[in-house]
Amino acid sequence: MMAFSSLRSVSVDLNHDASLLIDIPDALCERDKVKFTVHTKTTLSSFQKPDFSVPRQHEDFIWLHDTLVETEDYAGLIIPPAPPKPDFDSPREKMHKLGEGEATMTKEEYTKMKQELEAEYLAVFKKTVQVHEIFLQRLSSHPVLSKDRNFQIFLEYDQDLSVRRKNAKEMFGGFFKNMVKSADEVLISGVKEVDDFFEQEKTFLLDYYSKIKDSTAKAEKMTRAHKNIADDYIHISATLNSLAADDMTANKNLNIILSLQKVEGRVASDQDLKLTELLRYYMRDIQAAKDLLYRRARALADYENSNKALDKARLKSKDIPQAEEHQRQCLQKFDKLSESGKKELTSFKGRRVVAFRKNFIEMAELEIKHAKNSVTLLQGCIELLKSN
Amino acid sequence: RHASSFTPSPAAMQPTSLEQVQATAEPNPLKTCENLSSMNTFLMPLEEEEAKDSFDVDVAVTNPEKVGDGMNAYVAYKVSTRTSLPMFRSKVFSVRRRFSDFLGLYEKLSVKQSLHGCIIPPPPEKSVVGMTKVKVGMDDPSSVEFVERRRAALERYLQRVVSHPSLLQDPDVREFLEREDLPRAVNTQALSGAGFLKMINKASDAVNKMTIKMNESDTWFEDKFQEVENEEQQLRKLHVVVDSLVNHRKELCGNTAVFAKSLAMLGNSEDNTALSRALSQLAEVEDKMEQLHQEQAASDFFIFAELLGDYIRLLGAVRGCFDQRMRAWQRWQEAQSTLQKKREAEAKLLWANKPDKLQQAKEEITEWEARVTQYERDFDRIGMTVRKEVLRFESFYLLLTLIVFQLIKFWEAFLPEAKAIA
Repeated sequence: MMAFSSLRSVSVDLNHDASLLIDIPDALCERDKVKFTVHTKTTLSSFQKPDFSVPRQHEDFIWLHDTLVETEDYAGLIIPPAPPKPDFDSPREKMHKLGEGEATMTKEEYTKMKQELEAEYLAVFKKTVQVHEIFLQRLSSHPVLSKDRNFQIFLEYDQDLSVRRKNAKEMFGGFFKNMVKSADEVLISGVKEVDDFFEQEKTFLLDYYSKIKDSTAKAEKMTRAHKNIADDYIHISATLNSLAADDMTANKNLNIILSLQKVEGRVASDQDLKLTELLRYYMRDIQAAKDLLYRRARALADYENSNKALDKARLKSKDIPQAEEHQRQCLQKFDKLSESGKKELTSFKGRRVVAFRKNFIEMAELEIKHAKNSVTLLQGCIELLKSN
Repeated sequence: RHASSFTPSPAAMQPTSLEQVQATAEPNPLKTCENLSSMNTFLMPLEEEEAKDSFDVDVAVTNPEKVGDGMNAYVAYKVSTRTSLPMFRSKVFSVRRRFSDFLGLYEKLSVKQSLHGCIIPPPPEKSVVGMTKVKVGMDDPSSVEFVERRRAALERYLQRVVSHPSLLQDPDVREFLEREDLPRAVNTQALSGAGFLKMINKASDAVNKMTIKMNESDTWFEDKFQEVENEEQQLRKLHVVVDSLVNHRKELCGNTAVFAKSLAMLGNSEDNTALSRALSQLAEVEDKMEQLHQEQAASDFFIFAELLGDYIRLLGAVRGCFDQRMRAWQRWQEAQSTLQKKREAEAKLLWANKPDKLQQAKEEITEWEARVTQYERDFDRIGMTVRKEVLRFESFYLLLTLIVFQLIKFWEAFLPEAKAIA
């Protein structure tokens, strides 16, 4: 009943097409590395078997994402955002601190804190599995990307992908990524837009991105504060336990309050996580949409440059056919990007709205349910006190 | 018994059903101060039902007012008394007192009553930082909070004093409650709670160094002493953790408010109308939740931190009494050995000339043992009282219920907006 279920609603309508079903049923955590078991069930003839599994690391997912981004043919598509690297730093650091402070706390307190940390660890683990799974499912449900050759290799190839990954790294390096990051905003906003639709989208996405990035950061801060409070309650309940050791009812009452507070804390953090996850996911998705706009803007810039080159060639009466051909190609590329880009951005809009709606409804219903439970618990406490 | 002569606010009364809770629930989170003061009536010390000495005296500390300017400024409180006892000048009266007056009263009582081995409730501690802020200006929220906490602590202190049968008889207590112009107390330096605890620690160290052993019939006291020490340690730890909780809650409030604003901005950017509206409403819900968190922070702090602070100081006073008893025991031992020596050295005749010394020693012992029994009862009573106070969470539960109920209202209002997104 934790955060991992929240991710189902960040991307709706995935994994419904029976011709290609992907999931990650299992994952192993070894030291720093997570090994995901990617399981595929398919009716497509392009695959060798109908049902198979392969082990994959996080780096394999990144490799797949990068090759898709580099593929020219997909320049007009929103490439689903790469899953973030599994981050166990926070629970690991806390576990370390707990070990150091073991001498100063009671056995019970230590056990409780350890349980909390193990739960946190598990939550991070489940979240990372989910986010990798969703990445693959976004691909499998996309009409064009699902047919990608590298995607198929990723799903099927039963050997280690690390050799391929190394080759790819040598080819692309981090070059493209860096280029995108620095030139992004400048190019997108600098290029003169010819199409109203894209003009609006550009304005909207740039503004929305900065706002959602801000909201995500603040939501994360809120979540952290909630976690701190939950930890405090554990310390309090442990200390209170060691206090009123001879007074049974005192103990019971106080523990009721504290478990109640813990429930409230847990509920609040579930909500935070749901909302935070939603914001974080769409922040990355909007970045992917912005990347599309960038690619199109670059194509437009190329086209404009090719026009200038053609004019120059005509002036000098030199190399005119090459210039014409180049210009034609640029135009073709630009038109293709514009056409598919428009489709992608429109469906993205719809997808986002649907996901937000589903998430908000689930969150509100969950909050109401938990709050009503709290009221029942509180009434029970009052009855108990009265009867004393 | 302490009648609730100063009426608590409606929020503090017990509803018998959820409907009644609903009826009283108002979405006005700025009622914090009202709720806090009503909380205070539940923090009043309880008297046992079988107590024969039930005096009808009620005291209240209200109306803090800044007097004077600059660094010589101080806060004066109104101390009101309502009583049916004939020894007071009238049935209802009030005076103005400042913090050092409360400390002065404690000093006077300590000097007298500690000889009798009873526990003097200690006053709240001095706070240079808190008071400096107040001297500068009483308007900002942290000063207001400080003054309110101090006012509440002073009230609890006075209530504990007057609930003690023999203290109430003390002329200094009466003077404190009644006299218009009280001479200013001087040398109130060492009398703050922390100072007192330091004094006690020094005394108990000295006592511990003594090598005289107690006989087995006194193991009850040895055990109790150990128990008290342990409890004090645990309570200090608890105080620290609760302070941490309060700070984290405050942090959460801040973060939630900031997040709510950010979410509202996002809602403005959103181009889908229904989603934009839902985002704005969610921002409002988060904002309201922040206000609820603030109320919760206030109640957390009041119940836990203040009570624990009180209990820790009380335990310090209890330790003081243990030391007194130890000294009495030593005196008794010394008297016995002196007695023995005298018996051996002097002839019966010589001794017959001083029967009153032996008699006096015997009388003292009897007197002390009576006092010790009284003290044991006092200790038990106060221990139970404080524990009951810590447990008296009915009002706390109610506040929690109100908060949770308001939460439900907010989310139920949000749900149709979420469903309307299309």
